Amino acid sequence: MIAEIGLAALWLAAALAVLQMVSGAASLRAAQGEINPLAIYARPAAIVQAFLAVLAFVTLLYSFAVTDLSLKLVASNSHSMKPMLYKLTGTWGNHEGSMLLWVGVLAASGGLLAGFEKRLPERTMGATLAVQGFVALGFYAFLLFASNPFERLPVPAPEGNGLNPLLQDIGLAIHPPTLYAGYVGLSVAFSLAMGALMTREVNPAFARVMRPWVLGAWVLLTLGITAGSYWAYYELGWGGWWFWDPVENASLMPWLAATALMHSVSVLAARDALRTWTIMLGVLAFSMSMLGTFLVRSGVLTSVHAFAVDPERGAFILGLLGLYIGGAFTIFALRAGAVAEGKRFAVVSREGALVFNNVMLSAILAIVLLGTLYPLLTEAFDVRVSVGPPYFNPAGAIFAVPMLLVMAVGPLLRWKSDKPARLQFELALIAALVIGVIALVCFFGQFPLLPLLGLGLAAALAVAAFLPLKGRNLRRVPVATWGMVIAHFGIAVSLFGMACEGAFSQERLAAVAPGGTEQIGDFAFTLQSVTPVAGPNWTALEAQIAVSQNGGEPVILTPQARNFWSPPQSTSESALLTKWNGQLYAVIGNQAEDGRWQIRVWWKPFVTFIWYGGILIALGGVLAIAGRVRVDVKRRSAASKGAQRRADLEALGAADPVPAE
Amino acid sequence: MRSRLALWIPLALFAFFAGLAAYMLTQPKQQFVESTMIGQPLPAFALDPAFSGLPGAAKADFTGKPKLLNIWASWCLPCIAEAPQLEALQAQGVEIIGIALRDRPEDVANFLGKYGNPYRRIGSDKISEVQLAIGSSGVPETFVIDAKGVIRYQHIGDIRAGDVPLLLEELEKAQ
Repeated sequence: MIAEIGLAALWLAAALAVLQMVSGAASLRAAQGEINPLAIYARPAAIVQAFLAVLAFVTLLYSFAVTDLSLKLVASNSHSMKPMLYKLTGTWGNHEGSMLLWVGVLAASGGLLAGFEKRLPERTMGATLAVQGFVALGFYAFLLFASNPFERLPVPAPEGNGLNPLLQDIGLAIHPPTLYAGYVGLSVAFSLAMGALMTREVNPAFARVMRPWVLGAWVLLTLGITAGSYWAYYELGWGGWWFWDPVENASLMPWLAATALMHSVSVLAARDALRTWTIMLGVLAFSMSMLGTFLVRSGVLTSVHAFAVDPERGAFILGLLGLYIGGAFTIFALRAGAVAEGKRFAVVSREGALVFNNVMLSAILAIVLLGTLYPLLTEAFDVRVSVGPPYFNPAGAIFAVPMLLVMAVGPLLRWKSDKPARLQFELALIAALVIGVIALVCFFGQFPLLPLLGLGLAAALAVAAFLPLKGRNLRRVPVATWGMVIAHFGIAVSLFGMACEGAFSQERLAAVAPGGTEQIGDFAFTLQSVTPVAGPNWTALEAQIAVSQNGGEPVILTPQARNFWSPPQSTSESALLTKWNGQLYAVIGNQAEDGRWQIRVWWKPFVTFIWYGGILIALGGVLAIAGRVRVDVKRRSAASKGAQRRADLEALGAADPVPAE
Repeated sequence: MRSRLALWIPLALFAFFAGLAAYMLTQPKQQFVESTMIGQPLPAFALDPAFSGLPGAAKADFTGKPKLLNIWASWCLPCIAEAPQLEALQAQGVEIIGIALRDRPEDVANFLGKYGNPYRRIGSDKISEVQLAIGSSGVPETFVIDAKGVIRYQHIGDIRAGDVPLLLEELEKAQ
């Protein structure tokens, strides 16, 4: 019964998406200054639709919580003996459930937009809601016709199949929902861009409406990618934090586009420049989200992420992609030429630096996109290739290094036009830091080029991030500026972690007999024993490894080789010892015939800074939103107070002149 | 000024991608990794017997006429499914040399007792050295080796009844 309510809610939501689309489009046909009578339905349709889509998701959540085995999806992905948390997170640990989450977030963001956004002209809002409804409709159709999550089994299953053990982790509770919210939050930027393009309302007011959506989606993407990277790092047991896997790239590409869009929309809001560019990026960012969904779900690329793939579903999503991305780019090609050119600016200016960095970000995006799709291209000619770090790292760095340098200087430049001579001290400081740190590190040993550059740039960026605050009264610095400072500092922190991991990591693979001791860096580790342990739905061999740093008090690490019995699969659970300056990462392997155990241990200095940096970047984004919203609320309440007062005075029939405020 | 033509570039790029992806979706997905050793001579190896009943296997055994090299294991379920087909091949006079992967003598003997023994020799590959050297990525896999010890054909996965004539034909070609 509950599942049928969910299914009905989905059908109703799809019907409302049609209404929203038609009603929104009708607003475009209104005469100047009038409102089309049909247009009033778009907002309520979006809001009710949001409730229905979320309701559908909640009913599925409930079905998983009670392990309703008459549902095909529950029976094939859950198990009655699973811990409650993983029953719930298992809701989106499969294709249908995760697409329902996707659509739920899409509808919720549409509902929020319709409910709270009152600043846009009605025509633009109508067009935006029409596009949002159109996008939602396609994905409702995909769910209802090709991936129904509420399908019943003719006979309820006696027991479920269980969830892939790699997914039975707290990571699944955090990573996919945040990432999805970010992916799909970009749909609002997409719809706004299309709406503004159709009504030719690409101006600073529009940019101020778009900005919080882009910022919000970007914050969620940042958190989602950070969480995903850490999850892969400790769960897979391979010791790496980024593998340039197609699925990872699928999350990175929207982030790169959203980062560029976020900066470009700020320029549009502040300076009325970069109009076409902002629209282009708005379309591109969500296109990358949809492309990512397609690559992940269709199975056209081989990935370490073993998602349930299905070429027929892939064809369906490709059709949607053609409709939305193809349609958007067509409208862009037809209309963007008609968008009036924005304000002009000099090459050396804040805008100039932002444009440069946007081009660099787009270039990195192109590099990643090319590397991700290249195997697809060669496979069409029956050549199998695998593109990995040897391509992505240097090719990305070619554009990332100049981008990071300009990022250090850009925020110090003035809008419109500036002279480099004004910043002599700052420029010298940044150059000195880059060169000084690289020279210092080279003095201590031989390291690969990229981590070396990373260390130099990280040091310079960390200082440069705070330079915009120089000579200002810190209490009067706007919150949004703090956001920028912290986000840029976060980049430096993250870069520092990546560079340290790349340059200074140590690895030790040893066959150790119980009681044996091995050394890595400052750490001595002793394999005390290997014992069987049992969890709720797994058994494992657990090693007790005593680790002591420089002969200090030992700490026990317990890496496990886990065997899940439903579905049968073994996983390697790494054990981590986190110090302020790095992590010790231990994994237990097989037992050799002579009774010794394979133990693999890494010492990764400052590796945690990669994720601390990610959190700082996201925090910067949150501050930027808070700052913008606060200013906006202040401005609005001041405006409404002013209007109220004028109205009161008029009502009182007060004699002019109106007293000065 | 701003070129109108440039605005069409994103659409053109996307159209190219969509065409490519659509084409690739219609292509059957190749799930298996083909050996790059086909057409090359067998690498040198000499394996101990997998159990006491049959001699071990070495490169030197592949002389005289084309033979089959079957990579299998007693713990491999599809190997049970292909056992009758191997017996059928043996009944037609095909000489089959087995390589048991990461196996134990008692398990090998047990398996052969239960599902029949089509092999002339079985070598024991404890650490997958021969498997990796000839470019096999799974069990079971069957290779056609000609009289000069050159790998001529690779069959990935279990041998179904329909594959028997195919393998006989490949053996014929390898003459």
